[in-house]
Amino acid sequence: MKTAEELQAIREEMKQKIDKHPEAETRIVVGMATCGIAAGAEPVFEMLKQEIKRHNLKNITVNKTGCIGVCRLEPIVEIYTPGQEKVTYVKMTPKRALRIVNEHLVNQNIVTRYTVGAAD
Amino acid sequence: MTPFKTHILVCTCETCSAAGSVAVAEELERQLKEKSLDTRVTVVRTGSLGLCDRGPVVVVYPEGTAYVQVKVPDVAEIINEHVIGGRIVKHLLHKTHEDERATTSLDDMMFFKHQKRIALRNCGIIDPENIDEYIGADGYTALTRILTEQTPPQEIIDCVKASGLRGRGGAGFSTGMKWQFAAAAESEDGIKYVCCNADEGDPGAFMDRSVLEGDPHTILEAMAIAGYAIGAHQGYIYIRAEYPVAVKRLQIAIEQAREYGLLGKNILNAGFDFDLELRLGAGAFVCGEETALLVSIEGKRGEPRNRPPFPAVKGLYQSPTLLNNVETYANITWILNNGAAAFASVGTERSKGTKVFALGGKIVNTGLVEIPMGTTLRTIIEDIGGGVPNGKQFKAAQTGGPSGGCIPASLIDTPIDYDNLVEIGSMMGSGGLIVMDEDNCMVDIAKFFLDFVVDESCGKCTPCRIGTKRLYDLLDKITRGEGEMEDLDTIEELCYHLKDSALCALGQSAPNPVLSTLKHFREEYEAHIIEKRCPAGICKNLVNFWIVEDKCKGCGLCAKNCPVDAISGTLREPYSIDTSVCIKCGLCESNCRFSAVVRA
Repeated sequence: MKTAEELQAIREEMKQKIDKHPEAETRIVVGMATCGIAAGAEPVFEMLKQEIKRHNLKNITVNKTGCIGVCRLEPIVEIYTPGQEKVTYVKMTPKRALRIVNEHLVNQNIVTRYTVGAAD
Repeated sequence: MTPFKTHILVCTCETCSAAGSVAVAEELERQLKEKSLDTRVTVVRTGSLGLCDRGPVVVVYPEGTAYVQVKVPDVAEIINEHVIGGRIVKHLLHKTHEDERATTSLDDMMFFKHQKRIALRNCGIIDPENIDEYIGADGYTALTRILTEQTPPQEIIDCVKASGLRGRGGAGFSTGMKWQFAAAAESEDGIKYVCCNADEGDPGAFMDRSVLEGDPHTILEAMAIAGYAIGAHQGYIYIRAEYPVAVKRLQIAIEQAREYGLLGKNILNAGFDFDLELRLGAGAFVCGEETALLVSIEGKRGEPRNRPPFPAVKGLYQSPTLLNNVETYANITWILNNGAAAFASVGTERSKGTKVFALGGKIVNTGLVEIPMGTTLRTIIEDIGGGVPNGKQFKAAQTGGPSGGCIPASLIDTPIDYDNLVEIGSMMGSGGLIVMDEDNCMVDIAKFFLDFVVDESCGKCTPCRIGTKRLYDLLDKITRGEGEMEDLDTIEELCYHLKDSALCALGQSAPNPVLSTLKHFREEYEAHIIEKRCPAGICKNLVNFWIVEDKCKGCGLCAKNCPVDAISGTLREPYSIDTSVCIKCGLCESNCRFSAVVRA
């Protein structure tokens, strides 16, 4: 049971976390509505979590999210990094997820060929 | 005289002028003069610059930057940012799908440019299985405010009324009025119910599923508010069992909300009780009809009954019941947080706010879009949807599933809202939008939806049980090439009888796909009947396959793949199809690398 004040405290804290331009933490969301799951989002989600843990990367959260609308490009992974524009990776596979952890998160290079613009 | 450093070209062709380019040119000149830039920068009025369907067009040289759909208020930004600051005003840029190749963020795609997200505001952003993230996205602020301030219920109902929100389930009844009726209804034992219709059954529609999977808490919050507004303490969400992910996320959401004291007894210590339960539908389309849905929640066979009494007066367990669709509820907290006026400022005069559509069929970007009411079908299909793939011609769009109709290409510029769609013989429906190209046979489409209705008719009333079957038989006869011209009159007559006499909306709207295709594509029906020909080459009995001798290289691939050995010939010689054996499966056509197999 929470009071209105406690809810407000949660709200303040979470606002930072889900902000589109985060200040401290990198936020990764994986589209995991039916469309995403059907296209194979679950192994991608697991791979991201596992690799981030293996590299011992700090200040990164991996979250599930709903359908963003472009079902034809699922599985979709979006990365919000402090001080950067959001990057949308599409048609993800566990292999691509591995590459993105190494390239994008560890080496800080956007893997352009997996991004939404390069789709099709 | 010093040469101008910057030339701003403003297209003043007829199209751009009609869109307001002259005013843009004048405003540019005025502001340049005001900032004493008119000695360095000149405004040139030109003829067509070639992008005029997206006018007014403004091109700034020496950079050659093309801005499209420039409005007078954008002028200051172009001058300040581009002319003075040397920075390109990104959001006015003309973007081709080619330019998008360099885009790395989905937000910058054309796909999102014409969308406005109210019902889907949190979908794809927050974690639906974490109540804290919903709270962080201003979730449960409306409920908290209402309960702590003890807002009078009538004030909430007035706000929903003033927003102009109409039921998103399809029929478009005023949500505020519905709430008012439910609030005003007398209940003998004081019990009222709030229900949510999540029995999304239209073929090709998945808007409600996406809302429930992406943002389940917004539905819970809106239902609790509705309960407070009408005086109910128990709610039910009736959801199809075919949506296991949505069901699971709703269950998690309900548990989390109970744990936080946002559902259950004495919510936020404000003395208001409200709890929710899920009810799973077993896949009957008719249970999306409100009276059938309510008896199904009671555990009885899902069959509709006559109205009145409407559910707001006598609904679930004979008590006054408020029943709204998922997407309707998804708008409620936004309206209460942002004000009725903000919601009413979006959309057309009689249809306010936005509508979520599930784009499907022959379109590049299949998926989920939310657009302001009044957006044209052209914007949805060409700009957001990315057009029809494989260079095919757009033929029609089907809205509203088995209850809706087909909108022909000639009406592609119709602004989408409840009333316009009804006027052109379709309906909003829940929001499935199926795009069809030249390869779709309209008679076949009408037959497909009728087949669906025949399957799903509950059988309680005779017009629907027998009428839809007879209608289907007539269409089937036409697609088999045995139709006669009189059949068209019979079909039309039967349609009107069905509309007038069926018990519920399922039967009453079942003729819509037939009537709308008959209205807009009558020549296609006539081709089936008179010429015994299917123009799209879909109806098997009316189509024949043959091999064009000049194109055939004699590779034999067609013969190898033919399941009934209807194709014969010798290698490197033209092959031929024995039409008496051919089952018209089309495998030869799809396997031929030289487009030598044709159908007609």
